[in-house]
Amino acid sequence: MTTIPTMAILTIFVLSIFVGFEVVSKVSTTLHTPLMSGANAIHGIILIGAIIVANGATSTLEITLSILAVVLATINMVGGFVVTDRMLEMFKGKGGKK
Amino acid sequence: MNSNLYALLGLGVAVSFVMALKGLSAPKTARRGNLIGAFGATIATVIVFFDPSSKEHNNTLLIIAAIAFGVLVGVPAARKIQMTQMPQLVALFNGVGGGAAALVAVVEYLNLSAEGKPSTANLIATVFTVIVGSTSFSGSVITFMKLQELMTTRPVVFPGGRFVIAGTLIGVLASGGWTISFGGNTPLLVMGLLSLLFGILFVLPVGGADVPIVISLLNAFTGLTVAASGYVLQSTLLIVAGTLVGASGTILTRKMAEAMGRSLFGTLFGAFTAKPQALAVGGEARTVKSGSPDDVAILLNYAQRVVIVPGFGLAVAQAQHTVRELADLLAEKGVEVAYGIHPVAGRMPGHMNVLLAEASVPYEQLVEMEEINPTFPQTDVVLVVGANDVVNPAAKTTPGCPIYGMPILDVASAGNVIFLKRSMRPGFAGIENDLLYDAKTTLLFGDAKDSLTKVVSALKAL
Repeated sequence: MTTIPTMAILTIFVLSIFVGFEVVSKVSTTLHTPLMSGANAIHGIILIGAIIVANGATSTLEITLSILAVVLATINMVGGFVVTDRMLEMFKGKGGKK
Repeated sequence: MNSNLYALLGLGVAVSFVMALKGLSAPKTARRGNLIGAFGATIATVIVFFDPSSKEHNNTLLIIAAIAFGVLVGVPAARKIQMTQMPQLVALFNGVGGGAAALVAVVEYLNLSAEGKPSTANLIATVFTVIVGSTSFSGSVITFMKLQELMTTRPVVFPGGRFVIAGTLIGVLASGGWTISFGGNTPLLVMGLLSLLFGILFVLPVGGADVPIVISLLNAFTGLTVAASGYVLQSTLLIVAGTLVGASGTILTRKMAEAMGRSLFGTLFGAFTAKPQALAVGGEARTVKSGSPDDVAILLNYAQRVVIVPGFGLAVAQAQHTVRELADLLAEKGVEVAYGIHPVAGRMPGHMNVLLAEASVPYEQLVEMEEINPTFPQTDVVLVVGANDVVNPAAKTTPGCPIYGMPILDVASAGNVIFLKRSMRPGFAGIENDLLYDAKTTLLFGDAKDSLTKVVSALKAL
């Protein structure tokens, strides 16, 4: 595994915080719920972490736990995007007036 | 796959998440933003199977089966859920995400421990992920149960509760320190269990009305756990995505708290300050004025201006379409109709807008609280459909009650107030509403949809 220098990780981390603050700074109250739900779906990306550890899992315990993680993360990610889309579908044709 | 290509694709996915969040903050671009995020996540999931830095591919078939199973559970749940129950589904999705992050950290810990004691930095990141992920998981399950009304929506407070919570937190941190100093599986197990307990204790004292803020906060927490696992797994994509959610989630939590007029601090540390409170009783002796659908129709018919205040009861009764029929009928008769939307009408900020949009209520008729409040003195009739806490004057007059300080719709300053209610049962926050006993208030008991249908036919007969 190639190791990423700690300073590079720190840089990425700090810059991401500012991007995260900035992108949602102007959200309207109407969109609080869909935005929360969308952000919730995005952290379902832990799925790739679950896949990475499942790839390397050898003992029964590791396999069981990592496969369970894959299932849970998939539910989080896929379900999250689908339910967000359903919410936003209802704004269709009426959005953008305000 | 070439490792540069892999990194480049990962960067593209990270950018797609930034664009998703950006898109989701404006009505015009929200849907597209969500789809961009979903697309990016799909790409990330496919390419991780070709990750050049992972040398072992032990369980590929099992992993694909697990993903398929997750899709089979997640998609129907998201498709079939009633829009009224959507907040608890989001809470549940967040909880399983937190649980997944904690499990990933545990497996990686077992894996690294097999090769000797992991580095301190890795141990700290692992401990953080397990603590916060487990807390988020059990906390989300409790918020789910509160919203689903599987348990009481009132704050659950017991004598000495704050000491139990503080004690548990100290135990969590101590076992974290134990894990970091000595490694081994026992301290990690103790820490995980204590964190699960802490999540439960942390959410129990939160009152029903504050639950959305807690969901949003746990959402931000889960984001940070994803970032921490990214550090342990050396994945920049996880670090970026997790941090984005953590940061935007924190801002969103603050904005929600502002919209509800709650102090974030008070909500979060309510656990440490809350005292068991006497339940509001003694209302039984007071009399209320209840009317018939005809009385209500007459009041509405001769009004110049009517404001409809929809609440969660409207959503439960699926009365969105009937309320729109009534509004259209009144508009035909020359009555000015508007909807007063409280920021947290329903269960979460923006929830009511979603529900009314489903019934194709024109967007222009939905008026936000700050704009509608000054117009109540010129309003003849306010029709409160299945709402209670958001019009409860106790928020202004009774310090110490659970909703004190929350901005409310000032319906008391209108000429007449009509409540459509199922019963005299108090609202979600569990407190009495004095307005129900006011002389200008008329109550129409029954299912919101039933009552509205009767009012519509009475109005047609006039």
